[in-house]
Amino acid sequence: MNTSYIRGAGTTRFGRMDGKGALDLMAEAAEQALDDAGLARAEVDGVLCGYATTLPHLMLATLFAERFGIEPSYAHGMQMGGATGAGMVMLARELVRSGRCRNVLVVAGENRASGQQRDNAIQTLAQVGDPDYEVPNGGSVPAYYALLASRYMHETGLTEADLADFAVLMRANASRHPLAQLRTPITRDEVLASKTIASPLKLLDCCPISDGGVAILVSDTPHPACDLAITGAGQAHRHQHLTAVSDTHNFGAHDAAQRAFSEAGRARGDIDYLAIYDSFTITLAILLEETGFAPRGGSAARLRDGAFAPDGPLALNTHGGLLSFGHSGVAGGMSHVAEAWLQMSGRAGDRQISPRRRAFVHADGGVLSSHVSLILERRD
Amino acid sequence: MSSTANDKALSFPYVDGLAHGVVRYQRCAACNAAQRLARFACTACGSRDVRWHDASGRGTVFAVSRVHRAPTEAFKALAPYDLVLVDLAEGARVMGHASAGLAIGDAVRAEVFRVADHDLLRFAPDR
Repeated sequence: MNTSYIRGAGTTRFGRMDGKGALDLMAEAAEQALDDAGLARAEVDGVLCGYATTLPHLMLATLFAERFGIEPSYAHGMQMGGATGAGMVMLARELVRSGRCRNVLVVAGENRASGQQRDNAIQTLAQVGDPDYEVPNGGSVPAYYALLASRYMHETGLTEADLADFAVLMRANASRHPLAQLRTPITRDEVLASKTIASPLKLLDCCPISDGGVAILVSDTPHPACDLAITGAGQAHRHQHLTAVSDTHNFGAHDAAQRAFSEAGRARGDIDYLAIYDSFTITLAILLEETGFAPRGGSAARLRDGAFAPDGPLALNTHGGLLSFGHSGVAGGMSHVAEAWLQMSGRAGDRQISPRRRAFVHADGGVLSSHVSLILERRD
Repeated sequence: MSSTANDKALSFPYVDGLAHGVVRYQRCAACNAAQRLARFACTACGSRDVRWHDASGRGTVFAVSRVHRAPTEAFKALAPYDLVLVDLAEGARVMGHASAGLAIGDAVRAEVFRVADHDLLRFAPDR
């Protein structure tokens, strides 16, 4: 099988960008990714597009390809909730490994903040709940995660102050990224004092709703300056709905991570960069613990020891994550991969960290429902 | 009952149960495992012989949250309200509203109330 490489990435600014539609944001990111990869439009033979809640379309990838001016031999959209971005990178890797494609453009963008009313966005997202058993209760994604948080904190001893420290770290990281949505540093006390959305989650435990686009180019040929291969991938889908969760110590992240590590022939100790989905502070804490990068209930203690700081052994979401870089749907989840690419290729500018060779990427969709893990390794 | 309730829907017995003040759940006739939500087949053994039963309405709080930011106008009028996941005595788990101040592990009992054309569960301490 061929080896698949990350060859380029592009990211728009995240935040409110009135007047720009999903396709505009996708095109802006895709243009940057092609420039970064040094590829012409005609060389792109695969396109994978993430869904956009502001542009529901039966065949978004074909629509995008037409507007963008490419004629791929393979193209379709994908829906895995927040795991879509990592899922598309995983599929792009398979397409390249099998020889089906040489250069796959993975792209997503959405005007999630400016393209709809906030209440509509919240109601659309709440539909990941069961339509008969959950949604009629006045549930929302924050409420589902809050319920899950109450149980996980009860079982592990994680505290609200522990969760707050993750929000503080993500904000500090975003403050160093010029394209991030939320860049003003915050303190633990400010997180704890922010208004309650659904206890124990407060406003600053939740990611914002953003406009933004991200594109990743997956190729059979590495970037001339950085040989970054995708060496392992895994998925797990153990439930859709919160009510159906069968094991709060294996939502599926553990299984997906195990599959990726096994495929790459690597262990946790080989990893020096983390790109972990962080829709809420509790999401980040649970995923770090379940994927084996912190003991149960011990993720915040590791954070306070400096493990996840930009200069730490497991630099985490150095762009600020969904919590502060921003969350524009599928593109939000891809921003972690774009940042890993910039850091690992040594082109992160003022926020460049010490050289990193192996990244672990994990994303979840729904209510810790769909899981995708990736392992990225520098080969040069 | 939900305005969209369809008596052919897999989950109709649950929705219909609430309209009659009863919590219904599925149990596998082959292995006796209680199911959560509505299923085409048993999650434990794969048997397609899953049958609906009435639950007692008694259970234990598994998770609890007080929701301040409601998603719709009907619920904004109610906010803040408490949501719970409850493990029913019969083994299934359901989501519902709850009286204020419940904690994980509390014994509770269900009643049904109505919001925005939906019959919903509300749990109160079981004394």
